[in-house]
Amino acid sequence: MIEGILIGLETAFSLKNLMMVMIGCFAGTIIGMLPGLGPMTAIALMIPITYGFEPSTGLILMAGVYYGAVFGGSTSSILINAPGIPGTVATSFDGYPMAQQGKAGKALAIAAYSSFAGGTIAAIFLLIAAPSLSKVSLAFRSPDYFGLMILGLTAVSAFSAKGHFLKAMMMVVLGLMLASVGQDTLSDIPRFTFQNMNLSDGISFVLVVMATFAMSEALTIIFKANDPTRVAKQISLSQLGSIKLDKIETKKMVTTIPRSSVLGFIIGVLPGAGSTIASFLAYGMERNFVNDEEKQKFGKGSVNGLAAPETANNAACSGSFVPLLTLGIPGSGTTAVMLGALLGFGIQPGPRLYQTNPEIFWSVIMSMYIGMVILLILNLPLIPYIARVLATPRTFLIPLILFFSVTGIYLMSFNNFDIYMMIGIAVVATILRLYDFPMPPLILAFVLGGLMEENLRRSLLISDGSWAFLWDRPLTLIIMMTILFIIGWQIYKSFFKRITT
Amino acid sequence: MKISPSKIISLLFFIFSGFYLYTAYQIQVFTFDENAAFNAKTFPIYLGYTGLIFSALYIILPETRPSKVDLKVLDYKKTITLVILMVLYGLTILRVGYFLSTSIFLVLSYIVLGERKWLWIFLLSFPFVAIFMYLLHGLLNIYLRDPFLQYIGVMG
Repeated sequence: MIEGILIGLETAFSLKNLMMVMIGCFAGTIIGMLPGLGPMTAIALMIPITYGFEPSTGLILMAGVYYGAVFGGSTSSILINAPGIPGTVATSFDGYPMAQQGKAGKALAIAAYSSFAGGTIAAIFLLIAAPSLSKVSLAFRSPDYFGLMILGLTAVSAFSAKGHFLKAMMMVVLGLMLASVGQDTLSDIPRFTFQNMNLSDGISFVLVVMATFAMSEALTIIFKANDPTRVAKQISLSQLGSIKLDKIETKKMVTTIPRSSVLGFIIGVLPGAGSTIASFLAYGMERNFVNDEEKQKFGKGSVNGLAAPETANNAACSGSFVPLLTLGIPGSGTTAVMLGALLGFGIQPGPRLYQTNPEIFWSVIMSMYIGMVILLILNLPLIPYIARVLATPRTFLIPLILFFSVTGIYLMSFNNFDIYMMIGIAVVATILRLYDFPMPPLILAFVLGGLMEENLRRSLLISDGSWAFLWDRPLTLIIMMTILFIIGWQIYKSFFKRITT
Repeated sequence: MKISPSKIISLLFFIFSGFYLYTAYQIQVFTFDENAAFNAKTFPIYLGYTGLIFSALYIILPETRPSKVDLKVLDYKKTITLVILMVLYGLTILRVGYFLSTSIFLVLSYIVLGERKWLWIFLLSFPFVAIFMYLLHGLLNIYLRDPFLQYIGVMG
């Protein structure tokens, strides 16, 4: 492990990669700060830029963007009460009231320190957990992988859109259907190509992710421009106040951070849960831990109330890398985009990644840590200036996002067909989003489609066409029981609970 | 009786799944593979049925959390114009070339969205695209087809 860490440090500390982390954190902060644009859009926009890079450099850039975007999301939550991503909604509960009291600088500093501490503790957990889990995951066979993928998709559907489980499951099926277009990997038989040569290679991952996130996000912003519920509240960006914390505030943070980090990391590792649930749970947990006097301050600018969700969402970000790096199965939409990018580089994450490509495995973990240090020392002092990005008119912003999306796909294929298909998917995605059909399950399903079919193929061939492989081994049985529990619980919550109330 | 838009979308998805399933059954597999435990059409067939089941469930079961969208506040005009501009951009990018089509797309999009700061409109279109192209083509060696720039002799 020490050798691996040294390899990671060597790769991550090369001048080029350090530059990439810095650029990534900076670009991520700016993109994440813009309301509506989250880490998934930020990473999607970065994919075309990483084409010419080495895999480790490309991943380091994307990891930087990821953390930067989460940090940027907190900034817009605190300053204008417009969370860039769902993961920072809980941050605004106490962050925005603090900003209104003229303590915006302090709120941003608490957010930055908590993110840093949460991320650091989780990175240490990741360092320990990932290699050991890699060893355990070697025991996983095709049926288990197939089960795990269904579990991931079901969990993401259950958690990503509260109360819209069936809609999310439809999006999962649509994602898998899109992934099935093109030649069959084993027999090369064309499927759903309708004799169109442009479809024989399948639909590109970059195309789908750009269309469903960057492009449809931009179109949704314009579509809903007159919606009064979406108008962001402006506060003075020039008067942020001091960023220094006093002793009492530091003491409060010291008690909050460790428990929120542990909770955040565990939630992050679980498929589907991710940073949103981690931040809400940490907020709720913290409220139960503090004394009655502090409890009264929750929602009115409590230090504990701000530090807890911020710590947990960053810890969950690191935690979500565990299933991606060890099993090759992303547990969230953002890590699904990262998996797509990895596959684009020709790397298959999984239990053997840290043996076959140790420099990638360790350098990503190391660069996460470097990214957090950079966020703290570079972004925090620059916040008053970076915050001015919030004033960028959408009249310039939207066309630039659209231009970047089209360019991204044009550079990949140099044909008009892909551009038209991207526009078509973006329009459909915009309508679907309008009616709360969530996009993260679609992306996760699209990325997992090929792997899922492959594992089902192996399982069915080994068991000679019998579906008994789903309950033959105890491990598969446990996974399947968990899936049934989630589905059953969701159905109970959606229908029976409603009837009884 | 008013049908909710989410149910209409689910109905469309049901029809789409039916079409997908029909097409999945039409996939031609090798003769020796036809009775195999798994062939090229197995997974798509399961997918088609799953799509039918989920969309049918949504149509049949009552909606617990209907999505509320106020259709009157949506800006159709600007959104549709932007989509048309993107289609035209896609149409011209290969024929006219990257520089001119991108710059014109950006200028028109800024104007459509109501921007009237002409200096910024200019700066964030032609010069911006030129710098971007230089970064891609000149520094990163990414080929960009541009018949217009080739015609006027700027690009080799």
